[in-house]
Amino acid sequence: MSGAWAQAFAMVLDPYNIVVMLAASLFGLFVGAMPGLTATMATALLVPVTFFMAPIPAIAAIVTATAMAIFAGDIPGCLLRMPGTPASAAYTDEAYAMTNKGQAELALGAGLVFSAIGGLFGTAVLIISAPTLAEFALKFSSFEYFWLVLMGLTCAVFLTSEHPLKGFVSLFLGLLVASVGLNNPAGIPRFTFGSVELMGGIGLVPLMIGMFAISEIIRYAVDTNPRAMIIDQPIGNVFKGMWRLTVKYPIQILRGSALGTLVGALPGAGADIAAWMSYAVSKKFSKEPEKFGTGHVEGIVESGSANNSALAGAWIPALVFGIPGDSITAIVIGVLYMKNMNPGPALFVNNPQNIYAVFLLFIIANLIMIPLGYACIKASKQILKVPRNVLMPMIMLFCVVGAFAINNTAFDVGVMVIAGVIAFVLEENGVPIAPAILGVVLGGMLEDNFVTSMIKADGNLLAFFDRPVAATLGAMTLAVWFLPLLMRRLRRLAGA
Amino acid sequence: MKLNDAVWGALLLLLAATILVHVQSFRTIPGQQYGPAIFPGLVACGLAICAALLIYDGLAAMARHGGQERWVTLAPWTRSRRHVLALLLTVGVNVFYILLVDWLGFIPTGVIYLSVLFAAFGVRPAWILPIALLLTLAIHTAFYKLLKVPLPWGLLKDFIW
Repeated sequence: MSGAWAQAFAMVLDPYNIVVMLAASLFGLFVGAMPGLTATMATALLVPVTFFMAPIPAIAAIVTATAMAIFAGDIPGCLLRMPGTPASAAYTDEAYAMTNKGQAELALGAGLVFSAIGGLFGTAVLIISAPTLAEFALKFSSFEYFWLVLMGLTCAVFLTSEHPLKGFVSLFLGLLVASVGLNNPAGIPRFTFGSVELMGGIGLVPLMIGMFAISEIIRYAVDTNPRAMIIDQPIGNVFKGMWRLTVKYPIQILRGSALGTLVGALPGAGADIAAWMSYAVSKKFSKEPEKFGTGHVEGIVESGSANNSALAGAWIPALVFGIPGDSITAIVIGVLYMKNMNPGPALFVNNPQNIYAVFLLFIIANLIMIPLGYACIKASKQILKVPRNVLMPMIMLFCVVGAFAINNTAFDVGVMVIAGVIAFVLEENGVPIAPAILGVVLGGMLEDNFVTSMIKADGNLLAFFDRPVAATLGAMTLAVWFLPLLMRRLRRLAGA
Repeated sequence: MKLNDAVWGALLLLLAATILVHVQSFRTIPGQQYGPAIFPGLVACGLAICAALLIYDGLAAMARHGGQERWVTLAPWTRSRRHVLALLLTVGVNVFYILLVDWLGFIPTGVIYLSVLFAAFGVRPAWILPIALLLTLAIHTAFYKLLKVPLPWGLLKDFIW
């Protein structure tokens, strides 16, 4: 055990790794601070680069960049009322109201300091819970995994869309994409239309780059109402008053971090949903709810810690079960497979040093966020001056080369563009993207475990409930499906 | 461009039906009951159910809102020629890249790719070519030199550096 920790320290403190983390920090801060570029997009753009790195630096780059991006999203939200990433949208109006009251420093400081605290809280939960869960998961058979994946996909549908029906459509489309190719229990080519390139299935990386980066660039291209990004107010010391806030709002910090970690760990829902929920919870339980919306820092403290804790929370199911907690970890799982670090309980037993290294990376990323985030706030005026009409084409060419780089084939570039256009059309029509991504990532696992279980049970569906853990997971999944319907029916009966 | 839910439902129903027909043609393994068709078949069934519900929702919305609900609602950008052109070019440059990069080589393709987009997004004309060249060379250096990605040289293959 201590040997594994020593190895982990050595890998993380390796100079190459430190340089990667610093570079990823700058990249993450830039992407986060730039409205229209998201943390998920940062991850997708990093994949082609991390493809050429050893496993730990590759993970380090993603962990650091996403933590920084989620914090940096607060900056334009606060100064320009334009959230840098969707995760800051929940409290953008609040932060901007504070800026108008001359409290920009306090809002940005709260965003920075409590982002770091939330991130560290989520990391602590990850460190404590993941190994325990992994030990438990070692006993899982195909039945448990089948239910677990199904429950994850169900959560994704219900958490990420106001309109579950469209969430299901998105999920089913994702599962169909996952069925393409030879990778199925029978090893028979499906939906390949005679194409050799489709035999291997649709590549996850070009698909992700398309859905998260290209779609965003198309959205920029058709944006009829772009806003100027000019900051005129000077920003002083953002750390002033932070200790006072910590003493004043300890429960809010704890509640935000805990809720954020939980939402992050639930498949499909990530930092953005964690922030919206935390903001609502904060307002509900506040002693001064009437101040919310007028430039009151309490909600920023709570939801600012929630969105960063969600990042770490999402890694719990990703590492233990291979089920992503949000769209960032959906990409991460793809990277882990490419690096031969297949997620699952076996990773904890066979290569604990890699898991410990991931824990350490999270701690370091959240600590260096404080000085680097401060520098980013200071430099925000310059960052927001970067012309987007130059930036967006450059990002797209980068995406093209990145998609090509994974397999050195132009076919993947085509996949990327088509995925981007489809994602754009779906989102324009209110169909959420996250369930589709989870469907693509988990489709193979769902089918494998389903077919294996069916063969073992000889078609008897009751066998899916034979083992105690499987029965519990199964009952929970069915409850998530049918409870809303049942509740509606009961309410109607009670009303009548 | 927003399609009414009923239109979506109809399209998805068509897709689900096509898949259901297609999976029947998958080879089965003798003695194996749960073959390659069962999973996509079940997913297509799920999709068909959603599609039917969407059609119902869409038609219900039509009935409720009368004339206000349309089959297709056009977004503001569809009325601006500049934005439609920007959209077409954003997708078009990628098709251009895929078709011509091997013959033209990465550097000329990249410069044209970026220049077209810069022009479409309103970068000052005098700046277009210099920035496009600079950025293409930067990306080429990063991927070709540092990450060893075999970007094609095409027409420039006598000048490889």
